[in-house]
Amino acid sequence: MSLLKEVLERGEFGVTAEMAPPKGTDLSHLLECARLIKGRVHGVNVTDFQSAVLRATSLVTCKLLQDEGLEPILQLTGRDRNRIAIQGELLAAGVFGMENALALTGDHTVVGDHPQAKPVFDLDSVGILQAATTLMSGKDMTGHELQGTPNFFLGACVTPRFDPMEAQILKMEKKIKAGAKFFQTQAIYDLETMREFKEKTKHLDAKILAGIIPLKSAGMAKFMNNNVPGVFVPEDQIERIKNAPKEERVQEGIKMAGELIRQLKEEGLCDGVHIMAIGAEENVPLILDAAGL
Amino acid sequence: MIISQKKAFDEVLEFMKDKSKVVLTGCSECATVCKVGGEEELAEMKELLELEGKEVLGTIVLSPACNLLNTRKDLKQLKEELKVADAILSLSCGDGTQTIAKVAKPEVYPATDTMFIGEIERIGQFEEACKACGECELGWTAAICPITKCAKGLMNGPCGGAKDKKCEVSDDNDCAWLLIYDKLKDLGKLGNMMEMREPKNFEKGNAPRRINLRNQEKETAKA
Repeated sequence: MSLLKEVLERGEFGVTAEMAPPKGTDLSHLLECARLIKGRVHGVNVTDFQSAVLRATSLVTCKLLQDEGLEPILQLTGRDRNRIAIQGELLAAGVFGMENALALTGDHTVVGDHPQAKPVFDLDSVGILQAATTLMSGKDMTGHELQGTPNFFLGACVTPRFDPMEAQILKMEKKIKAGAKFFQTQAIYDLETMREFKEKTKHLDAKILAGIIPLKSAGMAKFMNNNVPGVFVPEDQIERIKNAPKEERVQEGIKMAGELIRQLKEEGLCDGVHIMAIGAEENVPLILDAAGL
Repeated sequence: MIISQKKAFDEVLEFMKDKSKVVLTGCSECATVCKVGGEEELAEMKELLELEGKEVLGTIVLSPACNLLNTRKDLKQLKEELKVADAILSLSCGDGTQTIAKVAKPEVYPATDTMFIGEIERIGQFEEACKACGECELGWTAAICPITKCAKGLMNGPCGGAKDKKCEVSDDNDCAWLLIYDKLKDLGKLGNMMEMREPKNFEKGNAPRRINLRNQEKETAKA
């Protein structure tokens, strides 16, 4: 059974981290980072051409992580594959015995590094979850019997700050109906956001892992506030990172992430955390240290 | 309405590189409204080509260019010119251009880029409205098309990419799903959006599509 599923269902605090395959074929750095967190996380998401940028595929990277003894979470978006390819990717993950998959709609091709590409979006996040659930029942989307059936602990994403929030929750409900058992949230930086989110989703039966992106600078925080949908870094945190000596800002960001995780856990605002170090995966163990995980 | 845009004149000129005698065709319908292929644009194109040393043997506004039988009939007015022309330059949409190529002998070249099926918001201002997906979804989406107005053509509500209700693709685009959400809410029909939808059947949009009403009538009669 999926380790992540086991941990979350036991009511323990789940910890996942995120890794992006590199552009190219050299995965040595990613694997070094993975070895550092082996045994400390319950799953590692591998992004699927994150931000619509070409890289090695999620599935292959998941396989390498699996070989290293980590538990992969296959991310799948609807942007680059139609329903045949998506089901094929899920079956392939099943061949390798992978047990976690996370569905996303995916960023549009125009925001990535191949804006000329034809965007697919045959299935959206709900459609991918429906497809995965159907495969798990032993049939494909058109009702053909499978010879061997994959089994997934299915996840999806949610943005805890969205205007109007009701529209986001409505979609979250559909994702749950389509088979999502856990959600990883967009990065959060304040407890109040999670308190409100918890209140608004208390009727829903799904595990919530709060998204954590450690800050590296005040500029990064401001950039996210202005450009990343659903992200809000409060002013006091921007000040705190700004006031740290320049060479200690990364450490300060790690410390802040650790504090936030501790507070989230203490107050019971989520079922776990999902750490996205975005290009600084070697810092994940330090964040876990800071959080006492 | 089929919305078209003029191609850059350099591109048109490249098509006409080895041609000296040209017939220009326009269209009385969409291309006239889009200001790419009416009387005015034909006259303008004639002048530009003549400045480049081309001989424009004749011009005609077809009404409309995409009507095969009509285009065949109308082009007879330029029968003599077409006998000696090296090329036809079509200022209609891509549909009209292909129809002309079916019935006329000289090579046919487009002077426009066909952009989309859209609405005339005001004179000279157009917005894409329909992707001709083959299975209209407007009945449950408060008559706002998620296939066209959502950059990703999503079927189950907004993605996480909207910021201040604008699409991640462009600040010029309202998030279609938030428009649908607001309107359904006003109508008391949010249930439409909560309903689980099967993934869309894109088979109905596979090109090239054909419709033959006579065959359909025969089928109905048989049944």
